[in-house]
Order: sequence, then structure tokens, then C-alpha cells
Amino acid sequence: MATIPLDQNQIERVKAIALEIAESVQEYIVNYSSDSVERTVLRLYGVDGVNEDGTPLPNRVVEKAREAGILEHGISPWFAKAMLISGRDEQVTAELLEQDQVDFSFDKNVTPADIHQKEGELANKAMEVLKATNSAKREKREKTPLPPNPWRYIIVATGNIYEDRTQAKSAVFSGADIIAVIRSTAQSLLDYVPYGPTTEGFGGTYATQANFRIMRDALDEAGLEQGRYIRLVNYSSGLCMAEIAACAAFEDLDMLLNDSMYGILFRDINMKRTFIDQYLSRLICAHADIIINTGEDNYLTTSDAVEAAHTVTASQLINEAMALKAGLPARLMGLGHAFEINPKIENAFLYELAHAQLARQLFPDAPLKYMPPTKYKSTDIFHAHCLDTMFNLASVTTDQGIHLAGILTEANHTPLMQDRFQSLGNINYVFNVAKDLGDEIEFKQDGFIAKRAQTVLDETEAFLNRIREKGLMESITEGGFAGISRPIDGGKGHGGVFAKSSDYSNPVMQLLENNNPNK
Amino acid sequence: MKQNIKPYGDTINDGIIQLSFTLPVEFGAKAKKAAELYVLKLNFDQVSVAHAEKIADDFTYFVVFAKAKPVLDYSTVVASEVKTVEMDFYQINDLIRKEFNRKISVVGATIGADAHTVGIDAIMNMKGYNQDYGLERYPEMNALNMGAQVTCEDLLKEALDKKADALLVSQTVTQKDAHIRNFTELIELLEAENLRSHFLLLAGGPRVTHDLAIELGYDAGFGPGTVPSRVASFIVTTLLKGRK
Repeated sequence: MATIPLDQNQIERVKAIALEIAESVQEYIVNYSSDSVERTVLRLYGVDGVNEDGTPLPNRVVEKAREAGILEHGISPWFAKAMLISGRDEQVTAELLEQDQVDFSFDKNVTPADIHQKEGELANKAMEVLKATNSAKREKREKTPLPPNPWRYIIVATGNIYEDRTQAKSAVFSGADIIAVIRSTAQSLLDYVPYGPTTEGFGGTYATQANFRIMRDALDEAGLEQGRYIRLVNYSSGLCMAEIAACAAFEDLDMLLNDSMYGILFRDINMKRTFIDQYLSRLICAHADIIINTGEDNYLTTSDAVEAAHTVTASQLINEAMALKAGLPARLMGLGHAFEINPKIENAFLYELAHAQLARQLFPDAPLKYMPPTKYKSTDIFHAHCLDTMFNLASVTTDQGIHLAGILTEANHTPLMQDRFQSLGNINYVFNVAKDLGDEIEFKQDGFIAKRAQTVLDETEAFLNRIREKGLMESITEGGFAGISRPIDGGKGHGGVFAKSSDYSNPVMQLLENNNPNK
Repeated sequence: MKQNIKPYGDTINDGIIQLSFTLPVEFGAKAKKAAELYVLKLNFDQVSVAHAEKIADDFTYFVVFAKAKPVLDYSTVVASEVKTVEMDFYQINDLIRKEFNRKISVVGATIGADAHTVGIDAIMNMKGYNQDYGLERYPEMNALNMGAQVTCEDLLKEALDKKADALLVSQTVTQKDAHIRNFTELIELLEAENLRSHFLLLAGGPRVTHDLAIELGYDAGFGPGTVPSRVASFIVTTLLKGRK
């Protein structure tokens, strides 16, 4: 493949700075936990379902622990103890806790050794579940092979999971390799995971474990019919990053939107909460073989795609470093970027090629997530289709990994069935006629594209150096990314963050940290 | 004077329209015939099914050309758009400096569950849209962009706090008419609090027209492609008119 001459030393330098930045955040993360981390532990232990009011039991049990003033020790030992007292399984114990038939203070001579042993059993069982999803997916992929790069990624967003199923199957028929079920618009701000199959949503469909299962089954069926494995995507973002990751692992999802900073910047979620939650969510992804998709593309919807190109690269490097901290190998890092340069700029396509090629070379083993134009799409659907054609060409030329289909009606409505068909028709056409273009061309040594990529890399290095000096949290406070400033202790979900006590126990997290299957 | 018009293909009054749509039937000769008959039912003439293709089991996609029969007397058409003097960034700031002797305060938000900031950002963010600076860049304006998923109550609170002259409300999600409900909710809140007349109220979004905005009780509506200076000059000239 054609490459731009970049200084390998400089690449190593920027990666080292990013790692330092991630490490300083990590120092903070290890001392804190959050409500949603503790709820995730319960889910991994096998607690599911809702109470009479529709509140998920993991939420209720964590609330009870908070009320009892014991949450800082971790939910794990207390829940293990409650199980020993009740003598029932995980689910029934959670129900009994919710109904106040068992409580955390009641002690029937349960010894710390008993609790420790029970916790160990629960944690080991959770690890087995994660292993099982890994092998289930491997088997499916052996039966129906994976498609070639770039993978065609299509969204469905009707609000009704059963209607989504119909839309998804038609997209697979037209060539989609990946189906993403867009979430209902406010779900990122819900401090719980909704339950059961859902048929009502706004701008998307609620992410629930039941909905995951319905779509997974449909895609397995469609994949068998079409003879290729169809990946399923959802969102591990917002206030329930790790919980969704657990639900996704249970239902054999393949990818999750998961960014270490997106929630902070674009959903005003507290930054400590986000950093803590993303860590566990990524540990789960590393074990369940789930590709994360990061959200750098969003920066360019608010900032200028030329001026702010280096913030995208810097964020990719930070996301990569944090993913490495959570044990994710490069093949599970769908680092994001986008084709969002103002089409009126002369040679905009050359800038786009430079940015896409830079990302390709900085992360050679990562399946880069490439987002289509949205910001400059007008309601003229025919012109929008032209923009997407150029995007498709940039993607196939620079060998991107996860290719999000641009939709001609982007600025009008959530896609109709025929819009997806047109979009995939365009992709299939361009990917076929320009399949090996990237192998045939060379970038001129001191040409526009090479110089532009170098400029972005230089700006990235300077930007990362500034972040390292100030600290990541302070840099976000000052609006360093996407021009959005967020205070360290502001935002949603801050109340759910707490300092771990010295005897804090979370054995499943320890197992996730110490038994990385990708090493 | 009457002015009868029809869609134009390549000859005046040929009435040619291109349509594309999907029918929930399996592809085949019968599907094509169904498309033709359906378009005939829509009162078209000379229906030509140019393209038919299977896009899923039991779904067929069509591109059809047909001639429309009805004529429209253009002289009877009434529609309004936001009327404002075209001024640029510098002229607007000069006008504020000269006429107001204070900064104009503008608060903007995407209200309700809608998480899209693309519209409000295009108008308010420093950078602006299409080489036209956003309101935050105007030295003679205090512009606050509250972002997305702002409740009407929070918007109103901020508007009172900042002594806003104008409120900019954006809505991108239109599924199940969510935008109409959200726009209406704000109007109802303002009326309940007896504050409607306190602010210039501007609606924006890809499916917003000036007529829709007026119908909903707003002062103006701005659709896709609107640049910030257009919104700014509307605000300033309207405030000026109100004072005189």
C-alpha cells in the first residue's frame, strides 16, 4: 500500500506521550469506583431483571448498599454475603434484597473466608461466561467467514426492535457487513439499562439485553443466508458504559461505540465517572472480543475539520493508550475519524486523503472507524450522494477498517429502506472499481498530501505535549477538544463516583485485569 | 392574472416528475405492474417504470418517471420567509454599537431529548458555518450555547438570568414529530409564565420553515443552509423595530 514518509521516531514519541497522559488518568481511576461499575459486577455475577416499578435489580441492590453505607467496600463481598445468608442463587438473592427480605447487616455467622470463597466462585463463573461468548463468536465466524476490508457499516434506527430487524435484514441483503442499532436519543443520560424488548424510541431504539438478543438472532440468520458473518454494534457510552458492555458480551455483540472522552464532551457526563466506567467497559471488551469504536469523528462536527485535525489524531492516540491500559489489542481498536472537510475548500479531497492515510499509518493494525460526511450534507439528496462517493473512494484507497455508510438523506430523516440500498449500492460500486487503487499509487515525497500529514502529526505532538503538562482533565476543562469545556466536578453522574475503601473488593475486575486473553 | 404552472422536464408544462419509492412486494413482473398502477392512482399520466430492483425479500425499489396532470395557479400562492436586511458580521456589530449602547444577549439550545447540536452549533459556535462567523464571535453580542438535551425550564432560567433578548431553539430529530412537541412545550411554558413577550423566539432545524415557526407561535423559523449572519441581522433589526 502507498505510504507517506513519516519519521518512525516521531511516531514512537507521540505514542509515549499519549501513554504518559493515560497513565496519569489511570492513577486516578484505580482509587475510585462508581455506581455503574458496581452494577456491572452484579450483572457479571448473574443479576438481571427489574422490580415492580421497572427499575433494574442491579440498580436497586446498589442503591440499597449505598443506603446501608457499605458501597465503598465494593458490592461484591456484600452480595456474596447476602447469597450465603439467603442460600439462594444470584437472581433470587437480588430479588430478596430488593424486597428487604434479606439485608446487608444481617449476619448469620458468615465468616470472611466464606465470603471470600463465594466471591471467588461468582467471579470465576463470570469469567467463564465471557470466555463462552468468545468461543461462540469464533465458531460463528468459522462457519460464515468475515468480509474483506473496509467493512460496510449500516445503521438502523426505527425505534422498534422488530422493525429494525426487517431493516437490518434488507441491509444485509444489499451488502452490509455490520449492523448498528442506533439508540434512542436520550439513552446515554439514563442511569440504568432499560429492560426487555422495546418498540418505542426517539431517533433510535433502546439498548436492552433483550433487544440485543433479538437482533443477534436475526443477523445470525441473515449471515447464514448470505454466507458471511454479520457483526452487531451497539453503544457502550453515557452513564452505563460498563453495564452495556456486560449485556453486549452476554449476547455476543461484536462492536461497541466506546470512547474515553465522548461522554464528557458531548453528553456532559462527569469526566471522573467516564474515565472510571470506560476502564471496566474496555476490560470487558478485551475479554469478550468486542471491537471498540471511538468517537473522534464527533469533534469535527463542532470544530473545523482542517484546523482541528490534530485534535482527532491526539484523541486517537489517547484512546489507544487507554485501550492498551485495559488490555485491548490493536485489532479491537476501532479508532475513529471522519470525512468532514468543507467541500468548498479547494483540494478538500487531498486533505481528507492525508488525514485518512495518517491514521492508517499511525495505527497499522487497528480497524479504523471512518465516518462519512454529515456536516456539509445538504437536503439535496443527489448532491449528498456525490459527497458519499468521494468518501467511499478515500476509504478504499487508504484501507480503512470500519466504513460507516454515508446516507444520502442524512440531513432529512432517519434512513428509509431505499436510502440504505442506495448507500450500499454506491459503496459496493466504489469499493469494487477502486479495489487496489491504494496499492497502485504512490504519494509524492514532498507533495501536498505528505506535507499535510506531516503538519497534522507535528501539531499533534505539540498538542499532546501541552496536555501532558497540564493533565488531561485540566485540558478538557480548558476546552482543548472540540472547543467544549467541562469542569472536573461538573456534569451528570458525578454523584455516582466514590473513593474505594482500603478493603475494597472486586475480584472479577482483578481477574479481568490479570488474565488478559490477548497476551 | 392567472399563471398556471406544472413541473418542468425539458418542455414547458410537460409535467415530468421523477419518483422513487419501495413497495413491500417481491420483485418481478407483477411488482413492476403494481408500481405503474400505483402511480396511475396518484393521478399521473404516461407512467414509465424506469428501474425496479429487489432490495430485500418481499421489497422492491422503483424509479419512475411520470407526467403530472394538475396545474397550479402560481398567482394564488402565498408563502413567507424571514424578511431581513442582508448584513455582514461587521455591519451587524456596528449597528448594535450605534443603536443599542449595550450588548445583545442571545441564549440558544437544543431542547427536549434531542441530542443533536449540529444546528445550534452552526449558528452559535465561534467558528460558525460556511465561512460565516457564529454568534459567539460577535463582539457586540453575549451569546450562550447551552448545547443539547436542555429542558425548557433550564433554558428559561438561563434566559432570565442572562437577560436574553432572543432565544434560539434548535430541533433536529423529527421522528414521530418530536420537534413539534418540543417547540410547543417551550411556547406553553413561556405563556404559562407570562413571559412570551419577553423574548424574540427563533426556531431552527432541517425541517423548520418560517411558516411552521409562525404557526407554532415563534417569531421566525430558519431552515437548512441558514448562516449565522442571517439570524443575527434578523435579531438586531427586529429588536430595533420593536423599540421604535
